[in-house]
Amino acid sequence: MNIFKNILNSVKPHFEKGGKWEKLYPVYDGFATFLFVPKHTTHSGAHIRDGIDLKRTMITVVLALVPALLFGMWNVGYQHYKALGETVGFWDQFLFGAVKVLPMVVVSYAVGLGVEFAFCVIKKHQINEGYLVTGMLIPLIMPVDIPLWMVALSCIFAVVIGKEVFGGTGMNILNPALTARAFAFFAYPTYMSGDKVWINTSTQAGQSVVDGYSGATALGDLAVKGETSLQPIDMFLGTIPGSIGETSTVAILIGAVMLLWTGIGSWRIMLSALLGGTAMGLIFNWFAPYAISPEQQAFMAVPFWQHLIMGGFAFGVVFMATDPVSASQTFRGKWIYGFLAGFLGVMIRVFNPAYPEGIMLAILFMNVMAPLIDHYVIEANVKRRKKRLQVKVA
Amino acid sequence: MAEVTETVEKQVKQREPLFSKKNRKLITDPLDDSNPITVQVLGICSALAITVKLYPALVMSLSVIFVMGAGNVIISLLRNLIPNRIRIIVQLVVVASLVILVDQVLKAFVYDISKELSVFVGLIITNCIIMGRFEAFALANGPWKSFLDGMGNAFGYAWILIAVAFFRELLGSGTLFGYPVLEKIGVYSVGYENNGLMLLPPMALITVGIIIWVQRARNTKLIEEN
Repeated sequence: MNIFKNILNSVKPHFEKGGKWEKLYPVYDGFATFLFVPKHTTHSGAHIRDGIDLKRTMITVVLALVPALLFGMWNVGYQHYKALGETVGFWDQFLFGAVKVLPMVVVSYAVGLGVEFAFCVIKKHQINEGYLVTGMLIPLIMPVDIPLWMVALSCIFAVVIGKEVFGGTGMNILNPALTARAFAFFAYPTYMSGDKVWINTSTQAGQSVVDGYSGATALGDLAVKGETSLQPIDMFLGTIPGSIGETSTVAILIGAVMLLWTGIGSWRIMLSALLGGTAMGLIFNWFAPYAISPEQQAFMAVPFWQHLIMGGFAFGVVFMATDPVSASQTFRGKWIYGFLAGFLGVMIRVFNPAYPEGIMLAILFMNVMAPLIDHYVIEANVKRRKKRLQVKVA
Repeated sequence: MAEVTETVEKQVKQREPLFSKKNRKLITDPLDDSNPITVQVLGICSALAITVKLYPALVMSLSVIFVMGAGNVIISLLRNLIPNRIRIIVQLVVVASLVILVDQVLKAFVYDISKELSVFVGLIITNCIIMGRFEAFALANGPWKSFLDGMGNAFGYAWILIAVAFFRELLGSGTLFGYPVLEKIGVYSVGYENNGLMLLPPMALITVGIIIWVQRARNTKLIEEN
């Protein structure tokens, strides 16, 4: 570590006021604080500060994402060789997946951080770590076959429109990673949905060399035919086609445990979202006999607990809905926010077959609603306390 | 005493040149500093709806320029005759007549575009920019000034519309006025794809938002103080 310290100290004068790279000070500052604990202290008043800062929070979330990432890499290889009908060893599968997934991670980080650094230099504010999680989330919620330039464009859109226009990390209304996915989903629908994109079987994106092999996700199947050949146990373990990081409920649960144990992810949101999804699933089960078409009836009749392990529900609930910036801030607001996110997520995926990934849209929608929910929760609290005061006075 | 009144009369009678500084400002202000779309945020509805392609946007712009210019002049000429209590109805009658005129011309000469614009030509009647200028300007100023004001606002509307439509058509369909620009350049052969989001209304909103952002970054007068 001393080497880094020496390097940083030796280049520091260049970045300070009057140095030749004065304008790039935020870049220097970003690197320096990334490697070492900053010496910044507050200037006035006493502040009780936890040792856990934004950087530690972000790194914890990234670590919680690692199981899903590793599993996703292996699953990409597994699905590839399964589609081709070849049997290869574990490491071959993993290696194949790693070769496909790592470039996406690199592109996501390089482009996103590039944009963020550029903004910080122009706006002259501190570089912060908000993108560390976003940059990891974005490749995990993309199909493996998506061209890298689309990943890059989605990252730019997410950072600029999803975050920087509102004032950077901490000010964003929408979850940037989901913004990236929504952008890609609506901009390039042929690369983001259907049954050709989830498994990499050819060198050309979006094309399958294996005729007749269905690479549809469980949700895609259900939306089109009303049934899926995928088994619930596979959905739970994650050995199914899907976006890279979302397939395995097990890997996501490991991440969820890490987030809950460290207290970084809100258990209120996760639990209430599960309850919301369950509630909507149950409602669908009850009303399945009254569906308008046989396909929809079959979809509605899917046992409610399967909704929780299909598609991106688990991933969205654990890693997206709990984003501390775009979620509700009040405790009671978190219950409402989470419940509605799960509830609407299942509702959208069943009622609108064009948008199989309802949880993405539901969370984005609830992101927008979160400030409103908080507003009413606080208002209600103010009213309640006023009432109590009146009773006491009287 | 007599001398003084004479000079005052002279000053009044002295006519303002047609393009005095004040009159020029009537045209240039709405293009930037008080742009009807990006600053006053009026007429957004049509800006979102008909900017998928450049050609309809251009036709729409021309229609608004005509209605705005002619309407402002007519209202300004009538301004001393209109009873105050029914002025909104009179304004509506004027703008509706002009819009019907435009609609008929479009139907006669560019039927396809007319069909594409569908209800939005008719909705020019309710375009807040037009009614707003009638109320705020034409009712209180002479015909020439009203004409300039109408032109300024209509062009302010038009250039935003065309700028938005330019980006939406280029990135969404890869064409400009229907000419396949991107195909000729050959970007598709290296794997480029049209951006489907550009064709959806939300992207028009975002594009307008980006224009507002760029405008405010450039023109710091527009930034509100907290």
